[in-house]
Amino acid sequence: MLESRNRATRVAPFPLATETIGRVAIAPLPPRTRLSLRLRPAAAADVGAVAGLSLDMPITATRAADGRRALRLGPDEWLLLADADEAEELTALVTAGLAGTFHALVDVSHRSCGLAVTGAGAGAALNAGCPLDLSPKAFPIGTATRTVLAKTEILLARLDADAFEVECWRSWADYLRGFLLEAARGL
Amino acid sequence: MSRQPFRLAQGGRIDRSRTLAIRFDGETYGGFAGDTVASALLANGVHLMGRSFKYHRPRGLLSVGTDEPNALLRVDRGPGRVDPNNRAGAVEAVDGLVTGSQNRWPSLAFDVGAVNDVLSPVFVAGFYYKTFMWPRAFWDRVYEPVIRAAAGLGVAPADPDPDRYAHRHAHCDVLIVGAGPAGLAAALAAARSGKRVMLVDEQAEPGGALLHDVTSTIDGVPAQEWVARTIAALDAHESVVVLPRTTAFGYYNHNHVALVERITDHLPASETREAPRERLWQVRAAEVVLATGAHERPLVFADNDRPGIMLAESLRVLVNRYAVAPGREIVIATTGSSAYTAAADLKAAGLTVTVVDARLAADCVADTAFAADRGITVLPGHTIVGSKGRRRVSGLIVAPLRADGSVGPRRTLPCDCVGMSGGWTPAVHLFSQSRGKLAYDAARDAFLPATHAQAERSAGACAGDMALAACLAAGFAAGAAAAGLEETRTFAASPTRTGFQPMRVLPTDADPGRVRAFIDFQNDVTAKDLKLAVREGFHSIEHVKRYTTTGMATDQGKTSNMNALGLVAGLLDTELPRVGTTTFRPPYTPVTFGALVGPGKGALFEPVRKTPIDGWAEARGAVFEPVSLWRRAWYFPKAGEDMHAAVARECRAVREGVGIFDASTLGKIEVVGPDAAEFLNRMYVNGWSKLAPGKCRYGLMLKEDGYILDDGVVARMADDRFHVTTTTGGAPRVLTLMEDYLQTEWPDLDVFLTSVTEQWAVIALQGPRARAVLAPLVADIDLSNEALPHMSVREGFVCGVPARLMRVSFTGELGYEVNVPADYGLAVWEALWAAGQAHGVTPYGTETMHVLRAEKGFIIVGQETDGTVTPDDVGLGGMVSKVKPDFVGKRSLARPDLVAPGRKQLVGLETEDPHERLDEGAQVVRDPSAPLPVPMLGHVTSSYFSPACGRTIALALVADGRARMGETVHVTTMAGFARATIRDTVFVDAEGVRVHARES
Repeated sequence: MLESRNRATRVAPFPLATETIGRVAIAPLPPRTRLSLRLRPAAAADVGAVAGLSLDMPITATRAADGRRALRLGPDEWLLLADADEAEELTALVTAGLAGTFHALVDVSHRSCGLAVTGAGAGAALNAGCPLDLSPKAFPIGTATRTVLAKTEILLARLDADAFEVECWRSWADYLRGFLLEAARGL
Repeated sequence: MSRQPFRLAQGGRIDRSRTLAIRFDGETYGGFAGDTVASALLANGVHLMGRSFKYHRPRGLLSVGTDEPNALLRVDRGPGRVDPNNRAGAVEAVDGLVTGSQNRWPSLAFDVGAVNDVLSPVFVAGFYYKTFMWPRAFWDRVYEPVIRAAAGLGVAPADPDPDRYAHRHAHCDVLIVGAGPAGLAAALAAARSGKRVMLVDEQAEPGGALLHDVTSTIDGVPAQEWVARTIAALDAHESVVVLPRTTAFGYYNHNHVALVERITDHLPASETREAPRERLWQVRAAEVVLATGAHERPLVFADNDRPGIMLAESLRVLVNRYAVAPGREIVIATTGSSAYTAAADLKAAGLTVTVVDARLAADCVADTAFAADRGITVLPGHTIVGSKGRRRVSGLIVAPLRADGSVGPRRTLPCDCVGMSGGWTPAVHLFSQSRGKLAYDAARDAFLPATHAQAERSAGACAGDMALAACLAAGFAAGAAAAGLEETRTFAASPTRTGFQPMRVLPTDADPGRVRAFIDFQNDVTAKDLKLAVREGFHSIEHVKRYTTTGMATDQGKTSNMNALGLVAGLLDTELPRVGTTTFRPPYTPVTFGALVGPGKGALFEPVRKTPIDGWAEARGAVFEPVSLWRRAWYFPKAGEDMHAAVARECRAVREGVGIFDASTLGKIEVVGPDAAEFLNRMYVNGWSKLAPGKCRYGLMLKEDGYILDDGVVARMADDRFHVTTTTGGAPRVLTLMEDYLQTEWPDLDVFLTSVTEQWAVIALQGPRARAVLAPLVADIDLSNEALPHMSVREGFVCGVPARLMRVSFTGELGYEVNVPADYGLAVWEALWAAGQAHGVTPYGTETMHVLRAEKGFIIVGQETDGTVTPDDVGLGGMVSKVKPDFVGKRSLARPDLVAPGRKQLVGLETEDPHERLDEGAQVVRDPSAPLPVPMLGHVTSSYFSPACGRTIALALVADGRARMGETVHVTTMAGFARATIRDTVFVDAEGVRVHARES
């Protein structure tokens, strides 16, 4: 058995403090389970749902159930999100649900890290570096997409009118946070 | 401080309750809130504002607008906040603002450079091309440095800019550029749709020309009242955004329009509150309405550039908007009607006005009657043949035009200010940038929007409509149509005096060869220069422009293009459009670098990617090096160590004990699916079908041209799952290439690719004691040689976290690469570090990694390879499968030049002097005394001091190298040549026993 002092602990790339600048608050998201699911579009339509999460939905849409979310990022790509301690369980459920169907399921929980960007200025701050139309009509609540923020690739999801989640690959964390803080100061 | 002797007693949109003071060339001048620098200086009688570009002639304000070519000022807002080339009429006066003139020495009033004006007969068009031809060598060393030192207007700032600049992307349904009558009417119409409307205008407040219109009414109310009501109506719409002080400067594809919003320059420093100085907007608009107005043309006559000679409409702006008398005794010189409105307003303000109209009396009857009603003297049928004065105009020399076209006797009209009007040029710059095609309208002597390339409409003066009512109606219709409404309406508006007779150069009785009549004020191009260019055979306006530089200054010829085009057409006796027209390019007006850069400076200039272990290395004093966007620990110097000593120590530690290395930046791709092995067979030169799960193999990947693209170890985790590693820098391009092939060539393969570069932190433990350090922290993996031999992989737990543990080595020693989920990377590293203390574990960086692999003859893609190197060139030809039917690059490997003898091959080099370290990139020759150019055999690719060998070692690509073992060659050095012997590439442990650690 390992001695407890040798048991590794998680270290997130973002500082834990929430920064509030004007009408924008930037806070780290807690660690979570992220599974990248790749599946042929036709198979997704046949399967319909897996682990209680619907897969048959428009690209950039989100479906949520039991605290888990499925984000359709492309014709053959979904990101499944769940609490940090659910990776094994969700992996087993999805693998079982897709038995016999060609798919790829890869745990990427540690690949990314996220920030919650909230407040009345959240959309404008994101638009400092993200060229997407973030109006409620063009980017309604529940939209999630891979896009760019200045010089980084991000995953952008809208949870509420003034609440977004932004994820980047973890080595870009300093840049992402620094850019969003500067964007908030520039509003 | 002077007391503004030329400020009118009443009127204007200035706030007389808020005084301010600005400085210009060391003097302090008073003004009011609402002034520009130009209006404040003129209120104080300051007309001399600059020296011209080439001849250093005294110059004053020509235009109050952004088309100003002369009055370009240095504006100083404090350290780092110094900007050159600000147009005086576009800079809002702020209390305490420091400004200065440019292009003069020692002072504005006495400028040594004015000698150029005396020498002007020498500085003809094409002067540089004709003069600095010979001797040839003088160009680089003498002519160009001297010309560069003498040329240019303002001085570029040298200090870092402390201001913040912001960026913003925005989307709207209708973007309206210009908030004059047409733009405001367009916004009114579009706003009714409820769609998202943006109205932007470069001036401090919306209104455009209506801001200086004190006589017109619109729908029964005074024009300025109509502006106020319209803005209030627009403000009531939540979906309408009005941005003043915002210039649309670039019109790109898909209605992508770039704007720059000036946010703080008009505020005193105490009120800026760290707001950004400027904001660059990138707007994507479904529809664009251009309502950008028109620019007035100067008249071209001798000495038309004296301070005090301005555009007629600018005089009207100064009087009506800024309550400034540009002079007391004013002559309006014109070939059109609009100048009479200016004359009337000047007269109404109590100034003495005379009008000189170059049109024949019969052609301006209505205008002269209008003037007569107001007691203004008009001299119709008179040309202007010159001006008097030096630093300020003191008289205008006019002469009657006789019926036969000859010029009658001269007379001088004393004056202290001249307003000239040669007609109007629609501002079609943005339309032209949108790739729309212009057509020449002879009746209006203007290029007008004709063929539209994007979802765009032009309305108002920029489309040729100069009358107020027409502008309003056209603007409204354009705004409605852009918003998808089929609405039109008429506006009751005062009539506008429009129409002009274009005269490119006013007739004169003087020798045309001696007349200095300026066409392009900013680049100091005269009518004489254009005539010379045409005479020398330049007939296309594109050639004339480049030869004379007309229209090529920072104002892009806003005031000069039509006069230049018309003159050239007249000289060639051809129609104006046949000479061509100008292609306008962004930016419409100059844009600060700050706005373009935005937040992308300092730490945000370029992302620096950091591994989970980066902070540990930083705390240990690591020196970093950039590898693509990553920063990697280069070496870990101890106190007093230089790089050489640190690397030598790190190398010895790995060979004799154990080293720990952060390899997290390695690219990683998870290849999953029943066809995964087949997919890798097609991507790599070597085969994968027989690799058993739990085993690793080194893979080599080519481009289609047969040259090495990337390499890395691939681990088979399961029948249908591979863990592929790539080089750090190659990760994105390898994944892209793989996706490209998968999606476009082999969509039938059941394979998906997922980047896991950042999922896994990778900790390399290398050295004879690596197993001893690792073993206590591994729960369920047998680390013995039998269970986990070299080039194998297991999944298990390290420090209690799930890990992919590979036994691989890039050092030639017993080695492991511990892959753990990235958030655990630091903790596992620290645990290994702690466990390794008993074994003398040493952290090492990329430099030591490079030395250790070179000692083993392992290549680094991008160091031993340069995009022209095949597997056989680096001695890896044996890896290339001869049984696979195909793989990327296979066909190219059979190309004649890739199989021909004489290719450069990778070899080892040992210098005669064991302490001499060759330069990487140095050339290898056989005979250094051979006549120049000495034939080159190849070059050094890697070179280090090797502690294990006790000497320097090098790798080199040498022609037929493998056939030259033992040959002596010569390698270039900074001092000459070094002798070296060619040998094989493996310097340490040629038998390869250490990596298998069989003795343990």
